[in-house]
Amino acid sequence: MFGKLTLSAIPYTNPIIMGAVAFMAICVVAILGAITYLGKWKYLWTEWLTSVDHKKIGIMYLILAVIMLLRGFADAIMMRTQQALAYGSNMGYLPPEHFDQVFSAHGTIMIFFMAMPFIIGLMNCILPLQIGARDVAFPLMNNLSFWLTAAGAVLVNISLAVGNFSRAGWLGFAPLSELHYSPGVGVDYWIWALQISGIGTTLTGVNFIATILKMRAPGMTLMRMPVFVWASLCTNILIVAAFPLLTVTLGLLTMDRYLGMHFFSNSLGGDPMMYINLIWIWGHPEVYILILPLFGVYSEIVPTFSGKRLFGYTSMVYATMAIALLSLIVWLHHFFTMGNGADVNTFFGITTMIIAVPTGVKIFNWLLTMYRGRVRLDTPMLWTIGFLITFTLGGMSGVLLAEPPADFVLHNSLFLVAHFHNVIIGGVVFGVFAGLSYWAPKIFGFPLNERLGRWAFWCWFVGFYVAFMPLYALGLMGATRRMDHYNVAEWHPLFIVAAVGAAIIFVGISLQVAQVIVSIAQRERTRDLTGDPWNGRTLEWSIPSPAPAYNFARIPVVRERDAFWDMKQRGVDLKSSTFVPIHMPRNKAAGFIIGGCAFVLAFAMVWHIWWLAIAGLAGVIVTLIRHAFDDDRDYHLGADEVRRVEGLHGRVEARSM
Amino acid sequence: MSSDPIVMQRGSLALKPGYVDHAADALRDLRQRGDAVDFQLDHHHDAASTIQLGFWIYLMSDCLLFSGLFATYALLNSHTAGGPAGRQLFDLPDVLTETMFLLFSSFTCGLATLAMNADRRNATVGWLAVTFLLGLGFIGLEVHEFAHMVAIGAGPDHSAFLSSFFTLVATHGLHVTCGLIFMAVMMVAVMRKGLTSTNRARLVNLSLFWHFLDIIWVGVFSLVYLFGVTH
Amino acid sequence: MNRSARTWLARFCRLLPLPATLLLGGCHWALLDPKGPIGMDERWIIETAAGLMLLVVVPVIVLAVVIPWRYRASNTRATYQPEWSHSNKIEAVMWSIPIAIVAVLAVICWRTSHELDPFRPIPSTQKPVHIDAVALDWKWLFIYPDQHIATVNEVAMPVGVPVVFHITSATVMNSFFIPRLGSQIYAMANMETADNLVASVPGTYRGISANFNGDGFSGMTFKVKAMSGDDFKRWLARTATAKQALDADAYRTLEKASENVPVSYYSNVTPGLFRQIVMGRLAPGRLMADAATSTARRD
Repeated sequence: MFGKLTLSAIPYTNPIIMGAVAFMAICVVAILGAITYLGKWKYLWTEWLTSVDHKKIGIMYLILAVIMLLRGFADAIMMRTQQALAYGSNMGYLPPEHFDQVFSAHGTIMIFFMAMPFIIGLMNCILPLQIGARDVAFPLMNNLSFWLTAAGAVLVNISLAVGNFSRAGWLGFAPLSELHYSPGVGVDYWIWALQISGIGTTLTGVNFIATILKMRAPGMTLMRMPVFVWASLCTNILIVAAFPLLTVTLGLLTMDRYLGMHFFSNSLGGDPMMYINLIWIWGHPEVYILILPLFGVYSEIVPTFSGKRLFGYTSMVYATMAIALLSLIVWLHHFFTMGNGADVNTFFGITTMIIAVPTGVKIFNWLLTMYRGRVRLDTPMLWTIGFLITFTLGGMSGVLLAEPPADFVLHNSLFLVAHFHNVIIGGVVFGVFAGLSYWAPKIFGFPLNERLGRWAFWCWFVGFYVAFMPLYALGLMGATRRMDHYNVAEWHPLFIVAAVGAAIIFVGISLQVAQVIVSIAQRERTRDLTGDPWNGRTLEWSIPSPAPAYNFARIPVVRERDAFWDMKQRGVDLKSSTFVPIHMPRNKAAGFIIGGCAFVLAFAMVWHIWWLAIAGLAGVIVTLIRHAFDDDRDYHLGADEVRRVEGLHGRVEARSM
Repeated sequence: MSSDPIVMQRGSLALKPGYVDHAADALRDLRQRGDAVDFQLDHHHDAASTIQLGFWIYLMSDCLLFSGLFATYALLNSHTAGGPAGRQLFDLPDVLTETMFLLFSSFTCGLATLAMNADRRNATVGWLAVTFLLGLGFIGLEVHEFAHMVAIGAGPDHSAFLSSFFTLVATHGLHVTCGLIFMAVMMVAVMRKGLTSTNRARLVNLSLFWHFLDIIWVGVFSLVYLFGVTH
Repeated sequence: MNRSARTWLARFCRLLPLPATLLLGGCHWALLDPKGPIGMDERWIIETAAGLMLLVVVPVIVLAVVIPWRYRASNTRATYQPEWSHSNKIEAVMWSIPIAIVAVLAVICWRTSHELDPFRPIPSTQKPVHIDAVALDWKWLFIYPDQHIATVNEVAMPVGVPVVFHITSATVMNSFFIPRLGSQIYAMANMETADNLVASVPGTYRGISANFNGDGFSGMTFKVKAMSGDDFKRWLARTATAKQALDADAYRTLEKASENVPVSYYSNVTPGLFRQIVMGRLAPGRLMADAATSTARRD
């Protein structure tokens, strides 16, 4: 009846897991209780869960990302403490089977459910506003994408309480992830969580490409698009190009595990090397999918806070495209040590190094944008400068690893771990925090607390160096990654220092939580009434904060690259006296229902509950068909309503009021 | 799927009394004030073409999915692990019949599109029905072929070659099945609501999808079957 | 210069090499203090590439601090050119600096990838020693095919003589790695890779599997004993007196998963055992692998 699922799947006996489960359960119950107490269920359902408004979907992505950041960071703290303790006779507090789940979950969560939702959330919140659009191309599909991602995230977290998670690393290398070597449900949780969230991401890619290519305001030619839009376009093209390969790879592994096939097995002709190739053909573009939008974010922040046009816009655009293209032909640098032969290694080594050229150009562009500007050192700019310093170092260690013979000794070492945290924390994480503090007034209508933001930045910045410089050193000392225990005395002090670094980052994250709470508490005082708190340059700042449901009461006509800056220069009046009804998509439950059914399907597949899996799949199909016959999809927001909302923000000309 | 609001934008503005006048007034007012060049009250983008672009992008991503499976097959097709190879298993006449079913269904699908363009509802549904039956026949033959292979002990779990063969061909078959469901839904929709702009846009997507699957099958037929029996 | 200043300077000078001592002095900086020519070459690459890149990285980091400070909003004396956003000359320089560095690195990449290819035999007047290495769950089995002996988690090699490791795995992917000696290479089931290494200094070094392979991963280390030619001969002779023999049955017992396995020695190794393992013929509970299609590469 319930497949492999029995009550023994719940790890009662493990106090650490049960503690975490209890904590999560308390949080969930508290939130549900609060919603019930405040009587907000209907509001939540009609205004948020079923919303097709890209801004609300964006905020839901951001909330998901923040929660997953906390979960993923808890894993990080556990790893750092384990490695700080587990030297010599001390085995630490995590046995290997638990430690292995922790690092697998950490990587999976941080990439798929923290970084990806963060960047997709930022794109959702800002991208349509920057191109002067009233929505994305396919609003309901946008909602569906979110719920598929959320279903994957829930699945990963459910694995904590029911069964266990994968022990095969965040990329589940075969044959370790094959049934023979990983017989439990852990790898299946990993597969299904990634599979459904990956499909959601592919849909996001389709959606945003169509949005950018088709829905720009009149006059916004490709070469007048803000760099964030360019970066997002390249990212979404990479998503559409790469994610199908993830779907295939996971699908083939599923065939091996569920139907006894032999794609990646050690027997009957299976080829594990093919798995490593396939997963990295997706995996390498993936890291550029993460970093490119943030390059765009920095390219928005630096000119705004320097009061100056972006230096070398054209270079920036071509550099972004070059990086996107090159990222598709470098995947083999992840396994120079597989014995591919010198010619193959050389090819991939050199293509990898070439990526440093456009990336270097970008760094110079940002520096030259600040040069002869009037630089305001607000929090977004602090994160950006922190990024410039940290990412440059990370890029350097990356090029070093691109030399195949250097990689022969550094591969899989803690040097490598330090490298990719150097670029992902220094580039992606600093970037999303920079973007959040920059766009917070536009997204939420009030800014994030500046003082706590600064403190958080310094904790992150210092904490990063204290946590990861020791790992570079440990890598050079021959320490490999993923050890739950070691016997080398010289390593021990460095692991302790790294744990201290993680603790400093923990203080930074706590400050950020405090920052959010304080900012919400002070929102009445700090509300952004101008719509343009930073003296911005792009169209999102031309409308009120937070953006009204329809974004633009009138669609701007673009004449220049920094469209809004240009308008301000020419003294264009943002107020209006005339309004027309605006065509709007209607909120729909279909996305939520399909996401829910996909979750049921995935959970049932993990536990081999076949009838439930069929029910979940049927739910998906029936919902799709029912939606096809639903004609009540849109409405017009009346001109009077538009006038009322604009009036609230002082955007209605006096003579017409 | 969520694209219809945009399709209906023009139509609904025109249909609802008062809106057109209102918009025209507003535009006139803007012009008088002289800043019409900085703002437009309404901005129509070509909605149908957005949907089609979206669908094309999806098809491209699906194409990459198949390219992954083709690459896998190309790599593993010699990994027979001592078991049967393609030339012992494939029955070309059967596969050729299968291929003909699908090629003809593409042709009839094209006829359905022509009928749609000529505003002939019943003909559209009729040709879709023929397409549907041909597609169903294709799936039937494929299932028969698979069942036969499993029966003679050449199931997908017997070698890497067989795994990659079954997965590639079955993924195509799964797509055809989805296409059949799509087609059934469209037949009902056209019968119930006629050739509305929404239904037309969807029918265009359906035919794109169907022809796309045909192209993929040509790849499967050449790389898997023809190459398989000759090598 | 007065006396106290001189003492201070002298003290300061004594402190100068301290960071360097910290960095390189200790004997635990495995990759920066290699014990064989392959490792030495790889260290050269790491240092050269890092040095070359620091030529740009250091100025960039300095500029990333100096520029925002110099042009901070409160410094109204600094030049302000809000519209300046393009300069062909500067952009040309901007593109050419990284191109130049990458060009140099690419040449190094091309040359060293070929020279340091782990499959490439090390030129030497000495006849190389052949050692077969098998990654098991979770220990390393070393077979000396010419001497018909085998060890678990310990490998001895003569100093100054090239050693050819023939590597395979009877389980998941592993990576054979002796940090002090250089290049690692994957150990994979049903195929054979090779790692050509040589030790130039006697000593005991740490060997590991550098690719995560499951629960026993951390304990899967082995001792590498580099010794003089005479010592090596004595070691071979002593090992040849080991009581246990290694035939297919003993191998099947050994192959069962175990963690933190102590060193053990085998004499009388069945000839061809390694080949059988590579072909997957000794894999328990698994059907015979297709030897024809998954042949060893470069074999």
